[in-house]
Amino acid sequence: MKIVVCVKQVPDTKGGVKFNPDGTLDRGAMLAIMNPDDKAGLEAALRLKDEYGAEVTVLTMGLPKAEEVLREAMAMGADKGILVTDRVLGGADTWATSTTLAGALRNLEYDLIITGRQAIDGDTAQVGPQISEHLDLPVISYAKDIKIEGDSVVVERQYDDRYHVLKAKMPCLVTALSELNEPRYMTPGGIFDAYDAEITVWGRNDLKDVDDANLGLNGSPTKIAKASDKVRKGAGEKVELDADESVAYIMGKLKEKHVI
Amino acid sequence: MGLEEYKGVYVFAQQVDNELSGIAFELLGKAKELAGDLNTDVTAVLIGSGVKGLADQLAEYGADKVIVVDDPELKEYRTEPYAHALSSVINEYKPEIVLVGATAIGRDLGPRVSARVATGLTADCTVLEIGDFPLNPIPGQEQKHNQLLMTRPAFGGNTIATIACPDNRPQMATVRPGVMQKREPVAGAKAEVIDYNPGFTPDHKYVEIVDIVKELSDTVDIMDAKILVSGGRGVGSPENFKILEDLAAAIGGTVSCSRAVVDSGWKPKELQVGQTGKTVRPNVYFAIGISGAIQHTAGMEESDIIVAINKDSNAPIFDVADYGIVGDLNKIVPKLTEELKKVVK
Repeated sequence: MKIVVCVKQVPDTKGGVKFNPDGTLDRGAMLAIMNPDDKAGLEAALRLKDEYGAEVTVLTMGLPKAEEVLREAMAMGADKGILVTDRVLGGADTWATSTTLAGALRNLEYDLIITGRQAIDGDTAQVGPQISEHLDLPVISYAKDIKIEGDSVVVERQYDDRYHVLKAKMPCLVTALSELNEPRYMTPGGIFDAYDAEITVWGRNDLKDVDDANLGLNGSPTKIAKASDKVRKGAGEKVELDADESVAYIMGKLKEKHVI
Repeated sequence: MGLEEYKGVYVFAQQVDNELSGIAFELLGKAKELAGDLNTDVTAVLIGSGVKGLADQLAEYGADKVIVVDDPELKEYRTEPYAHALSSVINEYKPEIVLVGATAIGRDLGPRVSARVATGLTADCTVLEIGDFPLNPIPGQEQKHNQLLMTRPAFGGNTIATIACPDNRPQMATVRPGVMQKREPVAGAKAEVIDYNPGFTPDHKYVEIVDIVKELSDTVDIMDAKILVSGGRGVGSPENFKILEDLAAAIGGTVSCSRAVVDSGWKPKELQVGQTGKTVRPNVYFAIGISGAIQHTAGMEESDIIVAINKDSNAPIFDVADYGIVGDLNKIVPKLTEELKKVVK
């Protein structure tokens, strides 16, 4: 079985964010990690590899420094890493990103493609389903369990108040929730090997069956009109009183606002 | 075909088990405003099996037209037949705007459909308005009018971005439940009902539903609560949530919590408020022992009245609280409950 896991290097949003003048994110200026949902997807792939035997390829699109997450994935047990990087691919929205990744995936053999549900920088959850559409594959989003049965994948698909057990013939694309599992750590030997491992690097010309009109900033249907730091709601009153006075204060406010 | 030929504001009217989801009414409320600005009308797209009877309800909440796609293949939500239904409606009727709920269904359906009809999709919008793109004239670039401007938080709620989709139609957005306001229903309102069936032929993209497991819970949906008593890590232990439950009982509220509480296993995920939980806007929100990371406040700062109790006077929750009390929740909350019991019958 061949599994391709799409991973994204994301800024660790705990550290604050920085922008380019055109409103897109200045990814070079921030701490970077492997997106948590993607890491859960990778772990799911590695467990399928442990159980059934599989070749696991990790694919990412980003700046050259995104090869760091490929090496991390290989240190965890992935077999191959492919980095798609090219200046003409920068500034892509989810449409242009999914077009790019689909162009890379058309060069690869796969039974199963796993992506994270969503990335913590954009939180859109769009790229996985969009890739499946470009490749004409069935998609199962929000997976909380993934099993293989013969030539099919059986997935527990989470909804708000229920889950569906879904069965799809492979090839198929599944998007993983971070609740799916607890990703393993890199092994010392794995880190050593991953450091020396060869990463395949592809540019625009290595993408198959994609039109320039659907790539990068110019090929993105959505355009940023404005980006800014969030303006938080202004602070109201703040008091420091003893317990009885605090209670009297709250009661007063609740009465004043006709809550009680 | 010219972009100007695309007309009307469309809403995906999500139903589950042939019951309309609240998000359908919330989207209709916003769609009505947008349609007013554009001088056009509102169409609900109702997809399912045996769902036609729901059309009147959609009319009462603001739909001028209801397009019903009714087929046995659509009984339960599955990505492919639903994507086929909605994208066929878009290709047939050519709306200028399509709004979809950012639910576990809509966040799967929306991207699949947007890719199929080759347009942009902006996720989890908090503000939708009609305006110009670019916002201000730029020499050498055409400024387009009557564009859907979609504002959303990004980067864990640290920033907000306003996004347009100037060169593709429809302009598509998803909106999280609880963000938009539904209108007062107009009893007896009727919509023009249009039946449309593009034909459903199962192919390799149709997945098989092997089983459906409902996760029944007896808790109230925190998104419907008028008063929320929300606890964070500062509550100290799962047992100590008892004092919050007592307060909630005394004031007729519901208990909710922060992500830290869910991550610690003290409360189930369905009670979680915030960026990765639910967006709530109750009349009163008590934030008790919650520090107020932006990830949390993103899900509650639209509440009418926010009362925060925290022993750390520098806690960021005080930046969004209307009434902040620096003090020990273990002393204040039980006393507050006693006082409330005296006045609330």
